Amino acid sequence: MNARLAAWGFVAPAVVVITVFFLLPVAGALVLSFTDFDLYALADMRNLRFVGLANYLHLLATPLFWQALGNTLYFVLVGVPLSIGVSLGAALLLNSRLARASAFFRTALFAPVVTTLVAVATIWQYLFHTRYGLLNYTLGMVHVSPVDWLGDPHWAMPTIILFAIWKNFGYNMVILMAGLQAIPRELYEAARIDGASSFRQFIHVGLPMLGPTLSLVSILTMAGYFQLFAEPYVMTQGGPQQSTLSVLYFMYNEGFKWWNLGAASAVAFLLFGLIFLCTGALLRLTRVHGAT
Amino acid sequence: MNSRSGVVVINGLLVGLAAIALFPLLWMVSVSFMPAGTASALPPPLWPAVPTLANYRELFARDGMGRYFFNSAAIATAITLGSLLLNVMAGYAFSKLEFTGREQLFKLLFGALVIPAQVAMMPLFLLLKHLGMVNTYGGVIVPGLAGIFGIYLVRQYARSIPDELLEAARVDGAGELLIFTRIVVPLLKPIVITLALFTFLGSWNDFMWPLIVLTGQDLQTLPVALASLSREHVQDPELMMAGSVVTILPVLALFLALQRHYIDGLLLGSVKG
Repeated sequence: MNARLAAWGFVAPAVVVITVFFLLPVAGALVLSFTDFDLYALADMRNLRFVGLANYLHLLATPLFWQALGNTLYFVLVGVPLSIGVSLGAALLLNSRLARASAFFRTALFAPVVTTLVAVATIWQYLFHTRYGLLNYTLGMVHVSPVDWLGDPHWAMPTIILFAIWKNFGYNMVILMAGLQAIPRELYEAARIDGASSFRQFIHVGLPMLGPTLSLVSILTMAGYFQLFAEPYVMTQGGPQQSTLSVLYFMYNEGFKWWNLGAASAVAFLLFGLIFLCTGALLRLTRVHGAT
Repeated sequence: MNSRSGVVVINGLLVGLAAIALFPLLWMVSVSFMPAGTASALPPPLWPAVPTLANYRELFARDGMGRYFFNSAAIATAITLGSLLLNVMAGYAFSKLEFTGREQLFKLLFGALVIPAQVAMMPLFLLLKHLGMVNTYGGVIVPGLAGIFGIYLVRQYARSIPDELLEAARVDGAGELLIFTRIVVPLLKPIVITLALFTFLGSWNDFMWPLIVLTGQDLQTLPVALASLSREHVQDPELMMAGSVVTILPVLALFLALQRHYIDGLLLGSVKG
């Protein structure tokens, strides 16, 4: 009996903190999303009214919300596969028996992951500066005319995607390296004796064995990429012409700039629903694929 | 492809990738030592002609960088110490102590990992406002005092503690608190270091929540202050790069010193058990 009481004593502080400062607010957000909570309600709760699904319906009729959703999907659909591709490439290089000093390279490639996002986003702003940026200067040497990377609505999102890949690829690289190392060498040996090239060895032996790891990495990366916020906040302020406004940025403006906390909560739940659906779909897809 | 050219190709690609990963960071350090106004020139200089500490001096003397540094250090340290205590206790209990509803409670928490933190932000802001904690250190620290992922990590690791060891201590009459502090915590030391590193880096680098809850300038953390400084000083790359160095250097140094623990934890956390 005493041991049980002690167990609760160990668990309770953490559970109370998580419940009060996370789980209850999540439930609160659902309730809030059905209200018209705004600046007036913030001043006096008597101004609060239940509006049912009005926030959701209003959002679905707001062109800017759809644009934010489109921008976020662009970031996810282009950014996630590219980022995982780079991670996988780097993991294969580091894992190769021919690689020298792989401990140094692993640390170097991982370094951007631990850096502060706001600070490195500032660095990129200057490197991608239209006039004085090193990138345009280097491109100029091979006669490419200057690109307004962060100021042109067509280039701003691709630039942010490049930045995000640079910042994040090391994380999945380390996980994929561990996945590759878990594949028994004998399987490769067998394929090699059968005369398969290194490339074919990877496609037919490595890739299928790596399936579960890749599936996990894709899901985690996708969920993270849906939460795009700080990159556009620092680098473009959502512009130019709202081309880098993400769903979370939209939520932030709605909630903490205009104080429409009811509408912002509805945005948060729509995003959560979307992430949930996409995670489920990806999980199904990779399972089905893994089974065949 | 023979193995000699293979060595060249593979290591060449690695050198190229490493150069891309590190160049922006090296460029940042170099520009931070350039006199104001000299980085925006053609061709863009890679190296300061006359290295100077003027940008750092201005940041600390005029832009309050010292205060932001203190805010970041205080908040990250408080969150790290507090959440370490709570997460280690809970993670240990979830793996090694029997109590009614243990598995159900853990499943509930684990399931909640899929909820993005931002969903809670609007009600959390109202709750903290009600408690008078908006624009206080507490407003950033308290919500970070326990984390589901941290509990999960400790629980995974604590499974390796042999039950016989704990039973033997109980037979000898040791209380649960004594067992925890004398036996369990020393055995969990590797995961404690890992979790401390994760938490400190995570809170130091965190941006969105501190941006929301620290409404005044005085208590801002480095990332929040840097974001507002960069809007004010767009034309001053030298100053901004000095600010970025001050922000990045502590976490990068911490990572380099303890990277084995960081990578181990990352792998433990991503292999679902």
